[in-house]
Amino acid sequence: MSSRERILAAIKQNQPEPSALPGLNDLSGNMPSTIAAYRKVLEALGGTVFEINNVEDIPNILKAQYPELTRIADAREKSPSWANEDPHMLENVDMAIVQGQWGVAENGAIWLAEEDLQVRVLPFICQHLSIVLKADKILATMHDAYDVIGTINTGFGVFIAGPSKTADIEQSLVLGAHGAKSLAVFILI
Amino acid sequence: MSRQTVDHATLADRFNENEPRVNWHDETLWWVRAKRDKMAWSIPEWELLRETASHIKLHALGNLHDYLLQFEEQAKLNGAIVHWASDAEEHNRIVTEILQKHQAKRIVKSKSMLTEECHLNPHLAAHGIEVIDTDLGERIVQLAKEPPSHIVLPCIHKKKEEIGELFHEHLGTPAGNADPQFLTAAARLHLRKEFLQSKVAITGVNFAVAETGEMVVCTNEGNADMGAHLADVHIACMGIEKIIPQRKHLGVFLRLLARSATGQPITTYSSHFRKPGEGKELHIVLVDNGRSRQLGREDFRNSLKCIRCGACMNTCPVYRRSGGHSYHTAVAGPIGSILAPNLDMKAYADLPFASTLCGSCSNVCPVKIDIHQQLYKWRQVLVQEGYTPATKTVAMKVMNGVLSSPKTYKAAGKMGRWVMKAFPKMVNNKLNPWYKQREMPAPPAQSFSEWYKKNKQSS
Repeated sequence: MSSRERILAAIKQNQPEPSALPGLNDLSGNMPSTIAAYRKVLEALGGTVFEINNVEDIPNILKAQYPELTRIADAREKSPSWANEDPHMLENVDMAIVQGQWGVAENGAIWLAEEDLQVRVLPFICQHLSIVLKADKILATMHDAYDVIGTINTGFGVFIAGPSKTADIEQSLVLGAHGAKSLAVFILI
Repeated sequence: MSRQTVDHATLADRFNENEPRVNWHDETLWWVRAKRDKMAWSIPEWELLRETASHIKLHALGNLHDYLLQFEEQAKLNGAIVHWASDAEEHNRIVTEILQKHQAKRIVKSKSMLTEECHLNPHLAAHGIEVIDTDLGERIVQLAKEPPSHIVLPCIHKKKEEIGELFHEHLGTPAGNADPQFLTAAARLHLRKEFLQSKVAITGVNFAVAETGEMVVCTNEGNADMGAHLADVHIACMGIEKIIPQRKHLGVFLRLLARSATGQPITTYSSHFRKPGEGKELHIVLVDNGRSRQLGREDFRNSLKCIRCGACMNTCPVYRRSGGHSYHTAVAGPIGSILAPNLDMKAYADLPFASTLCGSCSNVCPVKIDIHQQLYKWRQVLVQEGYTPATKTVAMKVMNGVLSSPKTYKAAGKMGRWVMKAFPKMVNNKLNPWYKQREMPAPPAQSFSEWYKKNKQSS
C-alpha cells in the first residue's frame, strides 16, 4: 500500500461523524467601508494614503514624497519591457506601481491578482510600493472581499496590508523586512 | 525524533536562574496578549467568528478524507505535483529527492513549523544541502544554533544585544551595535542575496483550500513570496489538517489569525498560491506524521483545529515563565503539550503537567480548542499507561489512602501540624518542592473540623 492509500485509509477510519458546515452570515456586523475607516487602519500599519481625483497626479506626489527614485516599474502599463526580463533583474526597482482590485477597510488589505502584477515578485522585490485603488472598491470586511473574488481563478493573488515589517528583535517594530519598505495607497475618488 | 533526556521542570528551573530575564520574557509576551485583547474587543462579532471557525474546522475534520482527495485533484489540475508522506522521515526523503533532482545545494526556507517538527534542516545538512531560514527570527535562532522558542515569535527569548553579537560574528555588523532597525537592515541585505541565488524555495502553508487546490501563506516580512517567486521550484510542506473546505472560509480564518497571534488586523502578506508560475514547478507535500492517529483519539482530535497563532503561549503563565525551549518540542506551550504526547507518549509525558490548568489558553484560542481540558485528559491517559514518574505514582497512592479514610486524614493532619511546629526544618528544606521560592506558612493551632466541633458545642 502506498503512503497515500495508507494515510487516506487511516483518516477514513478515524475521522469523526460529519458535522454541518456553518453559514457565514452575520459575521460582518456594522463595519464601515469608508475611505476614512480604511485610512485609519492603513496608517496604523505604517502605510500612507493619498486621495486623488486624477491618476495623472501620482507622478508629482511620488516625486515629492520620494525624491531619490531612479527606477520605477509601473505595472499598469501595457507590456512594459521589464515584464519579459528575468524577474531577478527587478532587484533594483525603487518604486513599483500596481493597480489594486479591492481594498478592505477593517484591516487595510488590498487584493492584487497576478494579472495586475505582470511579474509575481514585483510588489515584494521593489524597495517601495504604490497601489492605486478606486474609492468605490473599498469593502468593509474580508467576507465582502471573498464574496467578490471567491470564484475568480487566478494563478497567484495576494492581500497586501502595509509595508513589509518585522518585530522579531525584542518586539521592536521595524518597517522594511524583506519586501517593500514603504507603501503608498492612492485612492482615486 | 528527539528523545527527551531532561524534563520540562528541570529546563524551566534553568530558565529561571536569571530572574530579571524571566520577568522580561513574561512581560513581553503578556504585552502581545494585551494587544490581542484590544483587537478582539474591537470586533463585535469576535465570539461568533471563533465559534464559526471552530465549526468549520470540525466539519473539515469530519470530511477530511474527501476534502484531501478534492484538494489533490484541484491542485493537480492547477499544475502542482502532490506528494504524500506518512511520517517525518518520508517527508524529509521526498524533499531531499526533489532538491537532489534539481542539484540544489543551498536553498531558502520561510517559516514552517512542520519542517521543524520533521527536523528537515539537519536531515538536509547530512545530505550536503544548506538551508537558509529567511524569517528574521528564525534566521537569528539558526545562527545561534537553537530551535525556535515560539511558533510565531521564534527568538522571543533573545535580547537584542545577543542578536547584535550574533550578527557581528556571522554577518560582519559592527561590534556592540544592537539597534533593531540597523540589525534588520543588515539582515535584509544578507537575505536578499540568498533569495536571488536560490533555485528552490521551501515554504509552510497556513491554509489549503479543498475547493480550489490553492494554498495561503501568511507573513509580515514577505520572505515566503521573495523565496517562492524568485526560485524555479517551490516546495510547500503542510500537515493534512490545514485543509479548509472553500475559499470563502479564508475570510473567517484570516480575520482571526493575526489578531490572535500578534494583535495586528491581518499579516502584511496573505499570499494565495494556486498555479506554478510559467515554466516553474510547484510541489505540495501532504504530511500525516501522527495526525491521522490523533484524529482517532476522540478526546484529543480537536487539537487538529489549531491554526498556529500562538495565542495560547502568550497567555500561558507557565510558558511565559519557563520559556519555549523548556518544552523540548517544535511546538511549545499549551497546544504543543497536547500535540506532542500523540507523537511520543514516553518522551513528552512531562508536558501535560507543565500547566496550571487555569484555562486561559482555551479562552483565547481562535478556534475554541478545549486546550486545558485536553491537558487534564492527557494526564489521566499518561498515568494509566504508566508514563508518569514512579515518585508521583507512589505519592498519589499515599494521598489516595490518606484522603479516602477520615480517620487517617485527621491523624495525618494532626501529625503534620505537630511536625511543622516542633521540627520546622523537616518541611523547610530543599527536599520539599513546595518550599522552593516560598516560605512555608505557620501551622494552624487546630484543623477546621476541630474548630467546628468546638464552636458548634459552645453555641
